[in-house]
Amino acid sequence: MSKPRTKIMTIDEVVAQLSDGMTIGIGGWGPRRKPMALVRAILRSDLQDLTIVSWGGADVGLLARAGKVKKLVYAFVSLDSIPLEPNFQKARQEKSIPEVVELDEGMFQTGLYAAAQRLPFLPMRAGLGSDVLVNNPGIKTVTSPYTDENGDYEELTAVPALKLDVALVHMNRADAHGNATYLGPDPYFDDLFVQAADKAFVTCEQIVDTAGLTVDTAVQRLLISRMSVTGVVETPNGAHFTTCTPDYERDEKFQKAYATAAGGSDEDWAAFEERFLSGDEAAYQAAVAAFQEEQA
Amino acid sequence: MSEFSRAEVCAAAIADAFKDDGEIFASPMGMLPMLGVRLAKLTSNPDLVISDGESLFLGGVPPLFAKADVVEGWIPFRRVFDVVAYGKRHVMMGATQVDKHGNQNISAIGDFAQPTRQLLGSRGAPGNTVNNRTSYWVPRHSTKVFVEQVDIVSGVGPARAKAAGPGASKYNDIHRIVSNLGVFDVLGDGDTVRLLSLHPGVSVDEVVAATGFALDIPADVPVTREPTESELMIIRNVLDPKNLRDREVPPVEVSK
Repeated sequence: MSKPRTKIMTIDEVVAQLSDGMTIGIGGWGPRRKPMALVRAILRSDLQDLTIVSWGGADVGLLARAGKVKKLVYAFVSLDSIPLEPNFQKARQEKSIPEVVELDEGMFQTGLYAAAQRLPFLPMRAGLGSDVLVNNPGIKTVTSPYTDENGDYEELTAVPALKLDVALVHMNRADAHGNATYLGPDPYFDDLFVQAADKAFVTCEQIVDTAGLTVDTAVQRLLISRMSVTGVVETPNGAHFTTCTPDYERDEKFQKAYATAAGGSDEDWAAFEERFLSGDEAAYQAAVAAFQEEQA
Repeated sequence: MSEFSRAEVCAAAIADAFKDDGEIFASPMGMLPMLGVRLAKLTSNPDLVISDGESLFLGGVPPLFAKADVVEGWIPFRRVFDVVAYGKRHVMMGATQVDKHGNQNISAIGDFAQPTRQLLGSRGAPGNTVNNRTSYWVPRHSTKVFVEQVDIVSGVGPARAKAAGPGASKYNDIHRIVSNLGVFDVLGDGDTVRLLSLHPGVSVDEVVAATGFALDIPADVPVTREPTESELMIIRNVLDPKNLRDREVPPVEVSK
């Protein structure tokens, strides 16, 4: 019986497919189900001048602190239990990200939809009257060709397509071909990210047989189809320190240590980097395990 | 006469902001708004649809930060955006700044290009304010929050919505601003912030001194109603037995 091709690869093979100046969309939401193993792999690489598109959490903070970001497209950057992301704050206040595009968080979804549907833009109300349109003069409005109930031709925001070169997402389970399920409370927008991108890489907690994807899980949780996926990587605990419910929740103690170091002195941050970010993913996971043992 | 705290007055005032909403999705951001919305659902407006703030519509009304018992729907972020555009929603957001014209800022303080203090980002405020009813909660009323003009407009007040045309203004509905000192709307002269009521023990002078712009102040300003015995019972014994509310709005000595 013929089978679709296998796309299993390593995180380093994913990073080898990225290049300077690319526009990279990062799935998840804030501090939730972020493809952190891939973010860490980018930190270790020589990649630079990236455009990052993200409903942001520590993914944005880490990449900004490492000087990887030329342009950031975001609606917020937050760690939830720690509302303000210290590395992102520092980058903004020191103006170390050359270009920023702050959108309403719903505009973000509309922009991804437009890209996924190969449209130049989609209309919506969000943005009208706010400084989103003032600070982003490149975002135009469009007048409805139809009258509304009052006979007015409404002027709406023409949300431009958020076209991505690459999407990076982390899912709970995937098969070798790129079909993937989320098992937590919210799909977030990972299906839109992969469809808005030329290439999409899915990391997951566990690679299983295709049949295993639905053996104890409703078919509605199959969020991502292999036709949108370039490569699959098994990265256990790969979303750490963000949530990957139900496999694990956010590592709040680690997040606090991250935020304290990020908001502290340059020496504090250097010590954090040295301890956790100076080696490969296996070294990171070992350092995290040691940290958790200390905290227990 | 019963004794009650300032936080309990705020909870009842927030509940009142939702009492006439009918069967819509009430989205409170923050602790006191969550308390007020759940109080409204248990008293004045049982038809409210509430969530766990994550992805579930709750069938029951659990205490603050308790797990859901009965679930009546699924509301992941993508469907929140759908409901925003659909319009059957009333969100109560925070506001780092709110200005004379009811514009709100949660993006950054200072110049946008290089802020002196970066905040969250505008989140859903631009979309909320031109799509569904929006209120604001300010736990510490001060001239730092209530400013003449916000540094960055995240949430859109009525004057700016009108200036942007009917696409922006037709569903712009800034309903209430509830602070630890009083209740306000944006129906003042020229679409400005107007004082609706003063919490018990608060004077007009106190509010004026804590506000960085000229408020629209009617000749007779009523006192925000006191929470009822049954509301106090619900707040204290059901929704917030750990008294988290006092941490957000500390008790105030009131001379009678």
